[in-house]
Amino acid sequence: MLSAGPTPRSPLASWDFTLRGADGRNAHWTWDEFTALPRQTTTKDIHCVTKWSKFDTVWEGISIDTLLSEAAAKGVASSPYVLARCDGGYTTNLPLADVMGGKAWIAFMYDGKPLPPEHGGPARLLVPHLYFWKSAKWVRELRFMESDSPGFWESLGYHNYGDPWREQRYAGDE
Amino acid sequence: MTGVGAAPRIVWRSANVIDVVQETREARTLVLDVPGWPGHRAGQHVDVRLTAEDGYQAERSYSIASAPEEPHLSLTIERLDDGEVSPYLSDELRAGEKLELRGPIGGYFVWDVATGGPLLLVAGGSGIVPLMAMLRHRDRALSTDTAARHRLPVRLLYSSRRWDDVIYRDELARLAERDTTLEVNHTLTREQPDGWTGFKRRIDRAMLEAVAWPASEQPRVFVCGPTALVEAVATNLVGLGHQPALVKTERFGPTGGSI
Repeated sequence: MLSAGPTPRSPLASWDFTLRGADGRNAHWTWDEFTALPRQTTTKDIHCVTKWSKFDTVWEGISIDTLLSEAAAKGVASSPYVLARCDGGYTTNLPLADVMGGKAWIAFMYDGKPLPPEHGGPARLLVPHLYFWKSAKWVRELRFMESDSPGFWESLGYHNYGDPWREQRYAGDE
Repeated sequence: MTGVGAAPRIVWRSANVIDVVQETREARTLVLDVPGWPGHRAGQHVDVRLTAEDGYQAERSYSIASAPEEPHLSLTIERLDDGEVSPYLSDELRAGEKLELRGPIGGYFVWDVATGGPLLLVAGGSGIVPLMAMLRHRDRALSTDTAARHRLPVRLLYSSRRWDDVIYRDELARLAERDTTLEVNHTLTREQPDGWTGFKRRIDRAMLEAVAWPASEQPRVFVCGPTALVEAVATNLVGLGHQPALVKTERFGPTGGSI
């Protein structure tokens, strides 16, 4: 229900990933550089805002912690919020604390296979402890923000934070 | 953009079922009176909540079928045999009973006459429901304005399994008959009536080329249906040169769908 338009298809040769500081300084990886970073495999339950959950899904990708320390080494300063930006124009906002400490990944393998475009490939954000629209498909950039600002679905009435255990589906849900 | 945390809560409301209309063997329409309903835009949906005697609750989203101009809210529900909610809504609920719902929800898959056209609507099965709200809205908003109809022409391509599975079949025919700026195209993928001369296959690129406005006309496109249909249609439209930003999609299927 929560895909908003045609599925973007990015060739890996032109795919890249950027972690951009609020001051514009950034760290940048090509597909080959990105997938050569230390990988993690994680098994998680996921929760869609349209009322289904899927248990024990297996993902492989790069921990956001790894990207943050790589970026810090290149002089990219962190900020309290991040905005994930994606092919197709989709964005979603998250507190930095929710993507640190082993809670979030950029995933490019699902169930042992490359992530197909209709499921967000080549790579998607994976934040399993929040509703799955926060796990943005086709992600290309994480941008640090000094203050919180709603992303695509969040500005169209979905909840700003999206905790499935508190059923924070729509704006105004407590 | 709305400010962070500024929105009011979308509250649960009690709706009175005032009529039930059997549309096809699998789909029926619930006509509802919803005290306090704030109004909606064509294309939006509601969440419906059922509570069992033991307190167990199940919620599902359903598209709104009625135009904003209509006095009552209507939902068209397709029965899913293993569904938790749709069998109750499509078999058991009767006029005079009550239903809990909240909405309207969704600010993206919406169209009104101010959005402009031309308009291309592509539906699979019960994916017609939010598109019907758009057609009904256009019909009512422009009922006396022929010039405006010509500025906002519509083409609908609607895929169903059989002729008897076509939801709103008679109403679509009536609308198209009295409005030359509305073109309704059906494809019947599984079984066709005797003498059928229309399409009889799944929607593909050649069918879209035959039916859709050319990309140069920059139509507003809305595609709603099962995930596989929406993927195929949206990908083919982009292949035909339509700008991705003008192609709005809503994918649905039984709960428990894919990642």
